[in-house]
Amino acid sequence: MGMTMIEKLLARKAGIPRVQAGDTVVVDVDMCVLIDLQFATTWVQPVRIADPERVAVVMDHAVPAPSLKDATGGTHARAFVKEFGIERFYDVGRHGICHEVIAENGLARPGEILACTDSHTCAAGAYNTGARGLGPVEMYAILCTGSTWFQVSPTVRYELTGRLPGYVSGKDIFLHIAATWGDATNQNLEYGGPGLASVPMNDRRTIATQGAEISADFSTFGVDDVLRSFLAERGVTGFEAADADPDAAYLDVRTVDLDGLEPYVARPGTVSGNAVPVSDIEHRRLDQAFIGSCANGQLEDLRIAAEILDGRTVAPGVRLLVTPASQQVYREAMKAGYLQILADAGAVVTNSTCGACFGYHMGVLGPGEVCLTSSTRNFTGRMGSTEAEIFMAAPATVAASAVTGYITDPRSLA
Amino acid sequence: MTPSIQPITGRAWVFGDALNTDAMYPAHAMKLDLAEAAKHVFAQVRPGWTDLVRPGDILVAGKNFGVGSSRPVPTLFQHLGIAALIAEEFNSLFLRNAINAGLPALTVPRATTFFSDGDIATLDVTTGRYANQTTGAEERTAPLPDLVLDIIGNGGVLPMLARAGYLPEAVAGLLLSGAGGGLR
Repeated sequence: MGMTMIEKLLARKAGIPRVQAGDTVVVDVDMCVLIDLQFATTWVQPVRIADPERVAVVMDHAVPAPSLKDATGGTHARAFVKEFGIERFYDVGRHGICHEVIAENGLARPGEILACTDSHTCAAGAYNTGARGLGPVEMYAILCTGSTWFQVSPTVRYELTGRLPGYVSGKDIFLHIAATWGDATNQNLEYGGPGLASVPMNDRRTIATQGAEISADFSTFGVDDVLRSFLAERGVTGFEAADADPDAAYLDVRTVDLDGLEPYVARPGTVSGNAVPVSDIEHRRLDQAFIGSCANGQLEDLRIAAEILDGRTVAPGVRLLVTPASQQVYREAMKAGYLQILADAGAVVTNSTCGACFGYHMGVLGPGEVCLTSSTRNFTGRMGSTEAEIFMAAPATVAASAVTGYITDPRSLA
Repeated sequence: MTPSIQPITGRAWVFGDALNTDAMYPAHAMKLDLAEAAKHVFAQVRPGWTDLVRPGDILVAGKNFGVGSSRPVPTLFQHLGIAALIAEEFNSLFLRNAINAGLPALTVPRATTFFSDGDIATLDVTTGRYANQTTGAEERTAPLPDLVLDIIGNGGVLPMLARAGYLPEAVAGLLLSGAGGGLR
């Protein structure tokens, strides 16, 4: 019996011929990415670390520092990178949300293992990387020792067929999967099939990112021409891809027909079994619309938002917030004119941060408010008040809804 | 060498399915120190619970326990005195956070019907044996793997790192004397 992508990757990194679901493996970690929050709560500088070449530090969740606690975390981070000579330090000004920074700087390589303090680290599975979000204590241990362990969960494979229609994106593919199959607790997810070629890298990363929302372990995409050229543009070469064997053992194989897919909207609370095609969603007035986060603050997300908002204005009573996923995305979106269009339409464009997505700063929701977000998570209280309602959709749907003031099919404005 | 982990007995608090990390460690609590943040655990799900919980109590949950963030929620449970976690199914990131904090956590099928609020629960993570002292029922499930028992037996990964010389001596001393809980 053969191995799935993640099984092959873990076996190779563990230095053993094969692994299967149920095994526990010890592996070296190729890239250890620490975020600002790691340094803000009870940080103690270690005496020694495994390898400064395999460490990156990214300032993202709370930048520019909204509190003294976060400012102190920044001071700790800067002292740490100086002491240990960490070259991959993405401080405010060359920063971004860690998963975007990881992508831009080629830190995630096919067939390798990347660990980071944020739960959406599964994002880098879009690059055929074995990537997981791990807690701050475990990340600290990886920083020191360079290795960790994983229990191998069974794999579910999603076979994509057809072609992605216009105004339908990776977010909609993911919400369709979450609506149809629900939670994937203690499962790995693998994506492939003939339809994958029509799904661009930004959409693949959205899908991989959101694996955390259905409680999955690893999410992994295969290496194809689309990924190869993406990696080549970022200087990533000389890797060994982790391909699935034809006779790999899957817990289940499920088909997603892209041709028939519509924009989706998740209702508040969870995405699991809780999303519907936009045509089935109730008429809901919005107080806030948010385009941003590691999942959907990418350049293409800002482009589609600008396309829809060009020559239009944000509806009275709605606050549209746009947060680019990184400083690089911000600058490219500025150069391309997207930010001008968004600001002219009445959007507030913020600096790059995780801010509003996790309800910490820059767009916190008040009691009784309704938000449509393109970000990662719609748990009760996630973006502020536990009495706020968070609906979730793709950036195109959020942009169209900001114009009308209620949840709207973007195709109706096209 | 793995120090032995003794069976744990305590009063059970039984919760439902899909309890997420925002319900246990909301973003606004991340602005507080850990002891203060711990007072916000389950503030919406079960208001007032943190005033009722006592050192040595055991938390029992349903499916998909801990879905969400990497926030160190198990450390908040330790601040509240929770001695162990039992769930029908753990989110794997959440489970790892518990293990790495040295908090015993065991997957128990149908745990939320096997235990009721206030029952006296016993679990032995080394054998997989668990019992409800109140009803007299006793069952066995898969024990934790040796690698995981090693981490829990050592009180979590920080004491292991301290022993291996990765932490400054003063900090390591505090951790190994058992007085360094707040450092987690």
